[in-house]
Amino acid sequence: MGSSTCFHCGDPSGSSALFYDDKAFCCQGCKTVYEIFSENDLTCYYDLQSAPGITPKDVQGKYDFLGQQKIIDKLVEFDDAKSQIATLFIPQIHCSSCIWILENLKKLNSQISSSQVDFGKKTVRIQFNSQSYSLKEAVILLSSIGYEPYISLEDFSTGKSHVNRSLIYKLAIAGFAFGNVMFLSFPEYFEVGEYWLEEYKHFFRWLMFAFSLPVVFYSSQDYFTSAYKGLRAKTLNIDVPIALGIIVLFLRSTVDIMFDYGSGFFDSLTGLLFFLLLGKFFQQRTYSFLSFERDYKSYFPIAITKILKNGGEEPIQVYDIKKGDRLLIRNEELIPVDGILIKGKARIDYSFVTGESDAVSKKSGDKLFAGGKQSSGSIEMEALKSVEQSYLTQLWSNDVFNKVKEDSFTTLTNLISKRFTIIVLSIAFISTAFWLFVDSSKALNVFTSVLIIACPCAIALAAPFTLGNILRIFGRHKFYLKNATVIEQLAAIDTIIFDKTGTITSNKESTATYEGNALSLSEEVLLKNTLRGSNHPLSRTLYALLDENDIITLDEFEEHVGQGIQGFHQQDSMKIGSANFVGKTKTFAVLNTSVHISANNTYKGKFTFYNSYRSGLSQLFNNLKKQYDLAILSGDNEGEMENLKKLLPARTKLLFNQKPDDKLEYIKHHQTEGAKVLMIGDGLNDAGALAQSNVGIALSENVNVFSPACDAILDAEKLNNLSDFMKLSKSAIKIVKWSFVLSFMYNVVGVSFAVTGRLEPVVAAILMPLSSISIVVFTTIATNWTSRKLKKKHSSILPSI
Amino acid sequence: MSVIYLLLSLSILVAVIFFVAFIMAVKNGQYDDSYTPSVRMLFEDELVKEKPKKEKTSKLTNQE
Repeated sequence: MGSSTCFHCGDPSGSSALFYDDKAFCCQGCKTVYEIFSENDLTCYYDLQSAPGITPKDVQGKYDFLGQQKIIDKLVEFDDAKSQIATLFIPQIHCSSCIWILENLKKLNSQISSSQVDFGKKTVRIQFNSQSYSLKEAVILLSSIGYEPYISLEDFSTGKSHVNRSLIYKLAIAGFAFGNVMFLSFPEYFEVGEYWLEEYKHFFRWLMFAFSLPVVFYSSQDYFTSAYKGLRAKTLNIDVPIALGIIVLFLRSTVDIMFDYGSGFFDSLTGLLFFLLLGKFFQQRTYSFLSFERDYKSYFPIAITKILKNGGEEPIQVYDIKKGDRLLIRNEELIPVDGILIKGKARIDYSFVTGESDAVSKKSGDKLFAGGKQSSGSIEMEALKSVEQSYLTQLWSNDVFNKVKEDSFTTLTNLISKRFTIIVLSIAFISTAFWLFVDSSKALNVFTSVLIIACPCAIALAAPFTLGNILRIFGRHKFYLKNATVIEQLAAIDTIIFDKTGTITSNKESTATYEGNALSLSEEVLLKNTLRGSNHPLSRTLYALLDENDIITLDEFEEHVGQGIQGFHQQDSMKIGSANFVGKTKTFAVLNTSVHISANNTYKGKFTFYNSYRSGLSQLFNNLKKQYDLAILSGDNEGEMENLKKLLPARTKLLFNQKPDDKLEYIKHHQTEGAKVLMIGDGLNDAGALAQSNVGIALSENVNVFSPACDAILDAEKLNNLSDFMKLSKSAIKIVKWSFVLSFMYNVVGVSFAVTGRLEPVVAAILMPLSSISIVVFTTIATNWTSRKLKKKHSSILPSI
Repeated sequence: MSVIYLLLSLSILVAVIFFVAFIMAVKNGQYDDSYTPSVRMLFEDELVKEKPKKEKTSKLTNQE
C-alpha cells in the first residue's frame, strides 16, 4: 500500500511506516491499537471516521497510585462491593468513532459491564466488576487504546460536583402555569356575557390564582432575592422594578377576583415570568467541555512516587509531600513541588508555566520548579517545599483569586434600570396624586396599573437575548466566553496587553537564520545527519528546519552534555554546539539562542533562533492601534526587542523580564489610572494577570486541553479575528441600547393607558408578550445581521490564503 | 352541568402528570447531555450487524 498517512491516527507515517493487514501505521503504538481492535472485531471504529485514533503513550507505572484506597474512594462515585462506577475525563474524545469505541469497552474486557460517553463533557462513565477488576486496570486499558484519562489533583479536592437544574424547574413551572392560565383567561377576553361564562368565571379565576401561586413563590424567587440584595447595597438593579411588578400584579389580581372587580392579571403575571426566565435560560450557555475556573490543581497530578529510605517505592498523595522527601519523576510526569535534582538527566518542559515549549536541560544539583514536565526518562529529586508553598502555586494566594469579578461590574441593564425605576415610581405617584383630586376611587387602580405595565420585561430581555446570541456566534468562531457579561466588559476595553511567549509567538514553530561561511553540500549532509542522532530540543528544531538530505550512517557520534554534539563520517568531522565547544573564543554577548558549527575544526558560522510570530500579527496590531493602547509583557529577555519593534506599531509598549507578579502589578497600575484592561495570555504564569485584568483571555492551541482561569478562551488560530470580536461586542452593546429605546416606546403606550385609568387585563395581556416577543425578534435579527458581515469578511479572505 | 368541574380537573390532572414526568426526566439527568444520544442512536445498526461474527471469536478475546 502506498498510503503515506497512518491508518490509525492520520499522522504522516513517512518512510518508517509499519505495515500490518495491508495498512500503514506511523508507530508501534498505533499498530498495537489496531491489532487490539481487529482481534476484538471492533474495526467498525475506522468505518465511522477515517483515521480517528490517538497514538497511545507509555504509561508503565504511571497509574500505580490508583492502587491506593484513599485515592480510589475519591474517584469512584458508586461502590456496592460488587461493582464500581467511575467517571473519567478523557480530553481526547473528539469524534463519533471515539464514542463508539468507548461505549464498546465491554467487548475488550468482559469485566466492564457498561460504559457511557458524555461527548459534551468529554467524560466516560464506566461500570465494572470490582471483585475481579480494578479502576487501575480500567485506566490502563483505556490508555492502551489511546484514550488516556486525565486524573488531576482537582479530582481529589473537589469531590462530586453538583448540577444545578433549578432554572429549568422554574422555567418549566412558569411555562406550565402560563399555558394553563392563558386557556382559562381566554373566554373572558371577549366579555361576551354568556350565561355559562358568568356561571363559571369565578371558578376559572380561582384556578388561575392557584396556578400563579407556584410561579410567584417559586419561579420568581431569584428576582426577589436579587432585588433585596440590590436594595441592601443601595442600588436599584433591574430586578427591583421586576420584583415590584410581580408583587403588585399578584396582589392587585388577587384583590380583583376577591371583590369581583375583574379577572385579574394572572395571564400577564405568568407570561412575564415565563419570558424572563426564558431569557435567563438563553443566556446561560456554558461550554461544558471548557472550564474557566482552573487553577494549578487541574494541572497537577494526584499522586507521585516517593522513594523510601530502604529504596522501595510508594505512591503518595501530593499534598502529603514534605520537605526532604525523595521523589521519582517518570517521563512525561509533572513536577509537583520545588526541589533539587538528585539523579538522572532532566529535561524540563515548562510550557504549562510559561507557554515556552522548548525544554530546558538540568543537571543534578540544579533547582527544579513545580509545574515543569519531565520529558526524557526518569529522574529523582528531593522536595524543598510543600505543594502550596512552591514558587508557582504561591501565586494563587494573591487576593485577586478570591475576588469575584462580576460583582464589581455594573451592567448596562442595571445602569438603565436605576433611572427607569425612579421615573416609573414618580409617574406612579404623580398620577395617583392627580387622580386623588379628580376621582379618588380610581387612584389605587392607576397606581397599580402603572407599576404593572411599566414592569420592565422587555428591558430585562434585551440584554440576555442579544448577548446570548453573540455568545453563540463567538462560540462558532472558536471564541468561548465564560458568560454574557464578558461581552459588555469587552466593549468597554481601552487597553490591550499581550503576553509574548506562546501568545503572539507560535508554540509550534520557530525560525533560524544562518550567518557565516556557506556550507558545502557534503557538510550539509553531515550536519543534518549529526543532528539526527541528538535528542536535544535545539537539534530537533534545527533538524526540522533544514532541507531533506540523504541518510548516511555516521562512523562515530559523540554527545557532550551541556556543550554540543560531534559527528564523524569518513575524513570529515563536524561539531555543533555552544561557541566554546566549537572553538570560537571571541563571542559577543547575544541574547538570542544560537548554535555554532565547525567543520574539521574550522569555524563555519552559527544558526540564530528567533521566535516565530503568528501570521497576521502585525495587521492585527495595526487594526487595534487606532482604538486601543497596546502593550506586550514578556517573561523573557530583550532578545526579541528589535524584531518586535519592526513588526508592531511604534506606540506599542514592550516590557521584558516580567515575573508573574510583575504582570499582575502592571495591570493593577493601569487600572488605577482608569484604564479598562484586556489581558491575553496562555501560560499559568499569566494566571494572576488574567485574573486581575477586566477581561482575561486565555489563548489556546487546543481548546480541549488546559488553560488557566480566565473570562474567555480563544483558539490560537483565531487570534487574528480579535479586532472583529472587539468590534462585534461594541455593536452588541449598540443593539442592546436600541432595544431599550424600542421597549421604552411600548412602555409609553402602556403607561398612557395606565395613567388614564383604562388599563384592561386584555391590554396588558397583549402588550406584555408583544413587547417581549418583538424585542426577541429584533435582537436576534440584529445580532445575526451584524455578525453576518463578520462571517462574510472571513469567508472572502480564506480562499485567497 | 357540573360535568365541567370533572372535565377541568381531569384535564389538569393529565397536564400535571406530563409536567411531573418532565421534571422527573430533568432530575434523572436526561437533558444533561443533549449530543451523545443523537450519535449513539446511529450505532445500533452496526452492533446488530456485527453480532453473528463476534460469537466465533469472543472466546479468544475475553482476556484483554
